[in-house]
Amino acid sequence: MKKKLFLGIDAGSSRTKAVLTDENKKIAGYAVKKSGVNFSKAANLCLTQALSNAAASVSDIKSAVFTGYGRNNIFIEVPKAVKTEISCHAKGCYAYFPYEITVIDIGGQDNKLIKINKNSKIESFKMNRKCAAGTGAFLEEMALRLDIPVSELNNLAEKSENMVKLGSFCTVFSATEVLENIQKGVKIFDIAKGIFHSVIKRVFEMDSLTKTIVITGGVVAHNPFIIKMATGAAPDKKILTPALPQFTGAFGAALYASNSTA
Amino acid sequence: MSKRLKSASVLNKFMADYYYELDEASKTKSKKIAWCTSVGPAELLRALGFLVYFPETHSAMIGASKTAADFIPNANAIGFSPDICSYLTSDIGACLAGVSPLEKAYKTIKSPPAPDILVFNTNQCRDVQDWFCWYGRKYNVPVIGINTYNCVTDVTDSHIPSIALQIKDLIKPLEAVAGVKLDFDFLKQTMLLSMKCSALWEEVLNSAATIPSPLSFFDSVTLMGAAVVGRGTDAANLCYQKLIKELHQKIKNNEGCVPDEKFRIYWDGMPVWGRLRSYSELFENLKACIVASTYCNSWIFKDFDIDKPFESMARVYVSLFITRSEEYKEKYIKDMAKFFKADGIIYHDAKTCPNNSNCRYGMPQRIEKDTGLPFITINGDLNDLRLVSDEQTKTKIEAFVEQLEDRKA
Repeated sequence: MKKKLFLGIDAGSSRTKAVLTDENKKIAGYAVKKSGVNFSKAANLCLTQALSNAAASVSDIKSAVFTGYGRNNIFIEVPKAVKTEISCHAKGCYAYFPYEITVIDIGGQDNKLIKINKNSKIESFKMNRKCAAGTGAFLEEMALRLDIPVSELNNLAEKSENMVKLGSFCTVFSATEVLENIQKGVKIFDIAKGIFHSVIKRVFEMDSLTKTIVITGGVVAHNPFIIKMATGAAPDKKILTPALPQFTGAFGAALYASNSTA
Repeated sequence: MSKRLKSASVLNKFMADYYYELDEASKTKSKKIAWCTSVGPAELLRALGFLVYFPETHSAMIGASKTAADFIPNANAIGFSPDICSYLTSDIGACLAGVSPLEKAYKTIKSPPAPDILVFNTNQCRDVQDWFCWYGRKYNVPVIGINTYNCVTDVTDSHIPSIALQIKDLIKPLEAVAGVKLDFDFLKQTMLLSMKCSALWEEVLNSAATIPSPLSFFDSVTLMGAAVVGRGTDAANLCYQKLIKELHQKIKNNEGCVPDEKFRIYWDGMPVWGRLRSYSELFENLKACIVASTYCNSWIFKDFDIDKPFESMARVYVSLFITRSEEYKEKYIKDMAKFFKADGIIYHDAKTCPNNSNCRYGMPQRIEKDTGLPFITINGDLNDLRLVSDEQTKTKIEAFVEQLEDRKA
């Protein structure tokens, strides 16, 4: 029997994500690949895998919405439109949490803070300024300084008993702070936790926050310790994260695709 | 951009004539040349027979030619910080490199005209004084000026005397360089022309209150040249009379500058000179028109009074938006957004222009709370494109228009 699917692709600066939803707006398949230097290639690879998950073919896709930095550079022969990642993240998150929320998406190169009202409308949004502080790129730089793979940061931070504080706004200056702490003999666990603390500080100070915060993005997906840090940093807030935090942008795009043909 | 307007060519010719006249005077020494800050006492200078050159327009040309980043490091190398006004650093940097965008724009012009005297007004910022002092040392000519107030809420009679006195104090050194005595009748005549120019320019800008708007911010920033460099002259006024006629016709024909205009946006802060065309195209593709701006409206001066020339000049030059308090600016922007029927506001936070970045003390949030008008802030700069993230700016603007669309749905 012919399926009716909707495709959302979020071509992010670091990773490209694809989500297929069915007629009931449920996720039928998804995939993530490194964006590399060819967004279209990464998107097609994601699509192939997502279709395989959904046991479907391209002809089952009724419409698609592309989002993310590479949104205008994806070539897939389906009826399509483009939408910014701000709108798509908002749409995706509101589908999980349909009430007043602040979405914080921590991406590879930038952060987004989006305030959504109880009626699903975007009230305001902000993106990080010119610096990488608080982004995935910051974590990669710090891991480099600690001479460890970035994937190890989460487990190291979990073991910390005495976190160090990194105060700098600047990624380069933060790296210097990390070196200073290494020289002082501070344990790597405590530095790792301090790095996550820095990320949370940077994103929380972007704007005032509503009572409920939804944190998404690849950085959270791979470093769930950030959620613990966020809860500690804002004890008066309710901190939530959706089931697939790296895919909310692509999911939102797929929901837009289904709306456009509704 | 202004290619859509036929009368833009009249304005272009005005600017060409203006620079050729200055160049001729500089080469032949036939007339004295005064450099003046863009909202300095130009009327007084003209009344003394000076040709008036405004380095800010030269800097804007450097910005528009996307070459500022080539020159700024030259100024940095002699001690001017990369964090200060990029008009200053790119202009001084270009001078150090011996390069000027005038060369490409106008045959036979090789460089800006040499000054006989430089006259600043710090109503805009302190940077203009330092900028002019550098040239004063370079050319070994006098640098004089007016130090004025900032953060003024209501301009009261108490603000006027000290500034009026400073303007009067300029006369003696200016007469010494000009070699003539100030002719008060000519001063009054110049002020009348300046008032006329101001009124015409206001009429041009106010045409954008019509739906659809016949012109956008991206037109106005180039069309305003005559109001900046030509106020106090007949020629500038003739240009605007022609432009107004064309705009009225467009209004009559219901012809908007953005086809199928759907969104109307107010722009606060400096233009990003090197991105005028790309932003213009971006907004046009989104069916959004930047209908008005604080920047272009800053050359509307209503308070000249020929019976009180110095006092009224003082009032005009301290009443400028940039010299005012947050309280005043907030009301001004709210009034403008209402008059031009804006759906939202974009604030340009120009890294090297804190004085003309009005989003750093909570004003956007206050205005949004009071009016419900959504806003975004874009981080960039007037000239230094190294401080502009094109992709992030594009995403922010597109997302903002999506937000406006969602609100209208």
